[in-house]
Amino acid sequence: MSTDTVKAAAYRVCETTGLSIFLKAQFFVKINAVLAVIFLLVGGIAALLLALTRWSNVMLLNDIWYYRMVTLHGVNMLVFWIIFFEMAILYFASTTLLNTKMFSKKLAHTSLALMFVGAVVTNYIILKGQADVMLTSYPPLEAHPLFYLGIILFAVGALIVAFNFFATLYIAKKNKTYEGSMPLVTFGAATAAIIAVVALLHGAAALVPTFLWSMGWMEMMDPGAYRLLWWGLGHHSQQINVAAMVSVWYFVATMSTGAKPLNETVCRGAFILYILFINLAAAHHLLVDPGLSSEWKIWNTSYAMYLAVLASMIHGYTVPASMEVAMRRKGYNKGIFGWFAKLPWKDPGFSAVALSAIIFGFIGGITGVTLGTEQINIMAHNTLRIPGHFHATVVGGTTLAFMGLAYYLVPLIFQKDFYMKKLARIQPWLFGGGIVIMSLGMSFAGTYGVPRRTYDSDFGGAVLETGFDPVAHIFLGVLGIGGVIAFIGLLLFLVLIVAAVFFGPSLKGQKMPTWQTDKEQKMTDELISKGYEEEGKDYHVKTPGTIVLVLIFLLSFAIYYFANWAALADLWHIR
Amino acid sequence: MGLALAWCLVMSITMPWWHFQGKQNAPQTTYEVEPEAFIQRVHQFVETNQVGEMNNVPIVEPEPGGDAYLLGQMWRWYPVLKLKKDQTYRIHVSSADLQHGLSIIPINMNIHVLPGYDYVMEITPTTSGEFSLICNEFCGIGHHLMTGKIIVEE
Repeated sequence: MSTDTVKAAAYRVCETTGLSIFLKAQFFVKINAVLAVIFLLVGGIAALLLALTRWSNVMLLNDIWYYRMVTLHGVNMLVFWIIFFEMAILYFASTTLLNTKMFSKKLAHTSLALMFVGAVVTNYIILKGQADVMLTSYPPLEAHPLFYLGIILFAVGALIVAFNFFATLYIAKKNKTYEGSMPLVTFGAATAAIIAVVALLHGAAALVPTFLWSMGWMEMMDPGAYRLLWWGLGHHSQQINVAAMVSVWYFVATMSTGAKPLNETVCRGAFILYILFINLAAAHHLLVDPGLSSEWKIWNTSYAMYLAVLASMIHGYTVPASMEVAMRRKGYNKGIFGWFAKLPWKDPGFSAVALSAIIFGFIGGITGVTLGTEQINIMAHNTLRIPGHFHATVVGGTTLAFMGLAYYLVPLIFQKDFYMKKLARIQPWLFGGGIVIMSLGMSFAGTYGVPRRTYDSDFGGAVLETGFDPVAHIFLGVLGIGGVIAFIGLLLFLVLIVAAVFFGPSLKGQKMPTWQTDKEQKMTDELISKGYEEEGKDYHVKTPGTIVLVLIFLLSFAIYYFANWAALADLWHIR
Repeated sequence: MGLALAWCLVMSITMPWWHFQGKQNAPQTTYEVEPEAFIQRVHQFVETNQVGEMNNVPIVEPEPGGDAYLLGQMWRWYPVLKLKKDQTYRIHVSSADLQHGLSIIPINMNIHVLPGYDYVMEITPTTSGEFSLICNEFCGIGHHLMTGKIIVEE
């Protein structure tokens, strides 16, 4: 066989973007995305049951199944769904965007098998009722050994994918398959992969000894040390999500509006800040733990976290600013916000990503930094304020951004078109809106002290009676309603994706159908085709709209932050 | 970007500033303790200072300015503490078994409780009345039954 025929079979050229899609890598993008969506469904069903149980007038499940579902929901959403999808992103960003084949198909198969077996084993043992320990599995709480083993297998698989990713970057560099510096989206994916390695090593340090303890082969690890190490996994893996999510923001911003990153050096610098500084943010889970000094807590949350916060704020400026520039170059110059109204809101990929950025910044970001303050954490630790925060980051932010990417993956990688496009257009609003409502319900109920991970908010049947203000119960109802709306949005997403992938009209040999008018799409295509060399010329285009948005953001941030300090001053004195 | 950086600096300074000037900070004092030894101390504390009973749980009144003990176990906070408003107490908190979360309701103050760690809260109640303690870290199937009380007198 001549090398030419081998090459011809190895990749196809994408009709929409002109990028080379390597068929072996494409298989792994597809299979990881499909598995991700399956585990999303499992976690989503658990989510609905939980929302309907915390809604204190409904209380659907009994106590045993409530705690089991919290465990199932946490593990499937935070680990299996998100990491499988991120694996798809790593395969995509390292091969297609760099125009190279992947390093090793064998490694890819091995990692896939490990991850799949790990995920199935863990789900099996949870549903069997032998691992009601929550995602965090804090010792001395003990699960069946298979619970830890499943997660360890999954993590090893993910580490192998990360290795395959770095090796692919290396061969791309060596074979000079791309010109200039690495594309920003790949750079962001590489950031995610580096953080993933650090996170997974922490996870191994926490979970391997715990697995050995559950087998009876080792003494139990100190619970405080476990928390420190576990959060090295638990929080760092959220930084993987953030880095991957921001990469998706940049990718979809370009695809849907033709936007180019305003200043690549600044964007790359912001990604590097994530790697350098965000790792220590795990400390903010331990702010009211015994055994750690205030100096340690304050240092590790402020020195480290605020520079990483700065990085997120930089992305939060450059992404909308690059879109504003693109829109103004298309001629939408009316007023401060004329460009904003004309953004491609009819494109679900775009609207998902835009909502993701807004929810992540305004709700997730502001609450996260505030709750991560040592003293304010006294009013927040383990209350519903915490899930109120992270559902806005990891669901309203990351999951919604990944849904947005899926609206591009299906036509570009699976080469299938969607049915029911009108419903697709409202799906991001339904899901994002539901999450916002649920997240606000959680946050406000949490300000009354309503605990997370607790079956009965009123502690009915306890020897010493207690209970919450009726207003807190209204917010629990808001939580429930938001959860139901978000679940409908999730179900709609799954129906649209499954219908398109398995039964959708084929797009082989065609361009991806546009969600916009042909005229709009033509302008977007022109901007994309101009390439990066034009980028420098954009600096003179002003972005007054984005500046106003940023000012509104900083103002809301400051108000929320100082309101929390004011509330703190009313508590009993403690030190 | 300059504005964002300035805001980050403001936040970075606020935290240490409050550490020295503020009245509410995360407790810092921790001692190592075996769960059995801690349980012994709690029982001794109850024997010497008991002043009453609430639903069969002893009510215990420590000396103002003195030490008090609070045990988290599956599934109760033990015993009921009776404190005086505006007096400072050193409340030792630890767990007999799993990890627990101590939450004072409705004022909403929360700390984490680990077995093997004696965490000392130097606390000054500034309001009076009956307050509930709940557990906010999952500790097994009876987690939502784990409560306690603090009574604060004028």
